Amino acid sequence: MSAGAALANVFGILAVLLTWAALLIWVERRLLALWQDRYGPNRVGPFGLLQVVADMIKILTKADWVPPFADRLVFILAPAVIVVTVLFSFAVIPVAPGIGIADLDIGLLFVLAMAALGAYSAMLAGWASNSKYALLGGLRTAAQTVSYEVFMGLSLMGVVMLAGSFDLREIVEAQRGMWFVLPQFIGFLTFLAAGVAESHRLPLDLPEGETELVAGYHTEYSGMKFGLFFVGEYLGIILVSALIATLFFGGWLGPVLPPVLWFLVKTSVFIALFVLLRAALPRPRYDRLMAFAWKAMLPLTLLNLVVTGAVVLARSG
Amino acid sequence: MTAAFYLAAAIALLATLRVVTGFDAVHALLYLIVSLLAVAVAFFLLGAPFAAALEVLIYAGAVVVLFVFVVMMLNLGEKAAAQEERWLQPGIWIGPAILSGLLLVELLGILWGLPGVPGRAAVTARQVGAALYGPYLLAVELASMLLLAAVVGAYHIGRHRPEEGRDG
Repeated sequence: MSAGAALANVFGILAVLLTWAALLIWVERRLLALWQDRYGPNRVGPFGLLQVVADMIKILTKADWVPPFADRLVFILAPAVIVVTVLFSFAVIPVAPGIGIADLDIGLLFVLAMAALGAYSAMLAGWASNSKYALLGGLRTAAQTVSYEVFMGLSLMGVVMLAGSFDLREIVEAQRGMWFVLPQFIGFLTFLAAGVAESHRLPLDLPEGETELVAGYHTEYSGMKFGLFFVGEYLGIILVSALIATLFFGGWLGPVLPPVLWFLVKTSVFIALFVLLRAALPRPRYDRLMAFAWKAMLPLTLLNLVVTGAVVLARSG
Repeated sequence: MTAAFYLAAAIALLATLRVVTGFDAVHALLYLIVSLLAVAVAFFLLGAPFAAALEVLIYAGAVVVLFVFVVMMLNLGEKAAAQEERWLQPGIWIGPAILSGLLLVELLGILWGLPGVPGRAAVTARQVGAALYGPYLLAVELASMLLLAAVVGAYHIGRHRPEEGRDG
């Protein structure tokens, strides 16, 4: 890849991601409204599309305020962490042949590592705010993330076994015959649950839990620092959806349409699924959330690994 | 490549120094994360991408998360930082500095005698797996037994005894 093409890739993907993340605010509100039988934002611009612009103007012109009781440096650092780590993860996502920033042998591990680092954002935000609700939100993030990360990585190892590689491009190429969602259906379900928990989305958004914790870890945040948590959350939804499309639904593979379009369509379907989950499911109690991870998801993932391993071994000779 | 390696090494050293000399526990842990990330970059540049990924995933991403979790639960404030400041008087550094200096001399002596790194062929995940379940199988099994013992121990400490009730 020439230097020019590489730069075009980097800035193209960055621009598309940030625009997409901003648009998702509108998409989510309209979809929720559709499923809840109401209109949603429809006043600013055609179909309310300019609502995002109005929100941006509002949030960017707000006073940039750090509470005097907060740990200043960590307080400012925390919202940046989530955006940076999620954007880094996109560096190894293969969008289509020739489109994508880096081809890493350990691509999948890189994504998992970045997801693990992203957890610091909410934890540090909760701690640096120096307020009890924020701290409780931060503690919940730490426990929830560690619990769900354990089987998030394991749920993808079945895919790695079948493809024989951590390289995301090779994993897509290995699905030419059959999408991995069929042999790895349990892996798909467990990864979906982990993905919802890792991106702190409803119904698993207990670190935020506005009915009990005010707004959880970002209680003390305002203005664009608060906005960054939301950009990070929406980028996280795009990331998990893109990963599901890549790992289980053949990525850019598909007939007739150009590969990029297939990738975007598949990713969009899972983004809509995320919104539907939010519209349909209530939040669980915190102890049930933890019990679900350790007593249901982890054993299921391990079982899936053992069976997949046995099948791969039997087929290879 | 070499310049990047020395930059990563310098960041690791500086960050580790701040871990040891810092008074605030959470700030020290943040420097520890920076140090671990720098070590991961060094691994990557030396041709061990798998080890680099695991360094970030397990150490920076899981082990230190638990450290931060515990420190957050204890909610150490200004008092703890002041106490730390009292403990870390200048005189206290003499003993550890001499001992670490001796270790450094020994380490340099060993490194001097070793042959240089032959080329930069990256070690793939497949090669790591083959080595772990080939010549190092015994070590892997020993580690798994150790971890099992730790899990059983943690379960024993954390279990609810019926007579104390659920909140006991």
